[in-house]
Amino acid sequence: MEQYEKIYLYQRIVRAKLFIDNYYADKIDLNNISNQAYFSKFHFIRLFKSIYGKTPNHYLIKIRMDNAKILLAKGYSVLETSIMVGFDSPTSFAAMFKKIAGQTPSAFQKEQEIKRNAIQTNPLLFVPNCFAETQGWVK
Amino acid sequence: MITKITHTCIYVLNQDSAYDFYVNKLGFKVHTDAPMGEGARWLTVTPPEQPDLEITLFLVAEGAMFDKETVQTMTTLIKKGTFGAAVFTCRDILATYEELKAKGVVFKKTPKKEFYGFEALFIDDSGNWFSLAQINS
Repeated sequence: MEQYEKIYLYQRIVRAKLFIDNYYADKIDLNNISNQAYFSKFHFIRLFKSIYGKTPNHYLIKIRMDNAKILLAKGYSVLETSIMVGFDSPTSFAAMFKKIAGQTPSAFQKEQEIKRNAIQTNPLLFVPNCFAETQGWVK
Repeated sequence: MITKITHTCIYVLNQDSAYDFYVNKLGFKVHTDAPMGEGARWLTVTPPEQPDLEITLFLVAEGAMFDKETVQTMTTLIKKGTFGAAVFTCRDILATYEELKAKGVVFKKTPKKEFYGFEALFIDDSGNWFSLAQINS
């Protein structure tokens, strides 16, 4: 296919995307990320956004927040989580989390804790009855 | 009137391996991971931008639902690549193809132009195959 002549270009952008996926917890910035793709920053941002619908910086924030949700759900404190997803301060982390998730990290964590406890104490609440019955899972 | 799909099933041969494939390779999110006793597990994942569609990674194992013969038959058919389970769409198929390939996903068909857009085919860790499509806008 004619578009596939651009394979090398795609591989470079994907390499930068995977760099964010793998190193979001480190102090990475646009310079580190664009270096992975061997593009000028301007060209890189334009290509990245055309492929992923987000600038590299917005994508980095998204990945950090997605992983923060996983860590908070596992019970890590807000401070621990903020460090583990690459933030210098829990305050700036909490502000960003609220902006993206629409609730504070603590409120999100509380909600997840309630769900986790419910799964442990009454997992059938989360399984449609038709599946539970066929599996022989009964209350 | 039916309005939408909330749950669907993909039959898998190993839930730990399926978890790794769907979450760490495809980027799906875990919705529910509940132990159901005696080694059983209710595991559902959602596509990254479709949080209300739970895909159940259903273990093919002998029990109330499947007898031994059925398990053997299904295992053989799944491994053989008999079942096409779904069509997944993406924003950019070439980037998605390169990313999944870099993560070790096996493709049966590389991206190819079709009348509706572009399509590639890949298989999961059990042997189920999927279409990966970029639909013309």
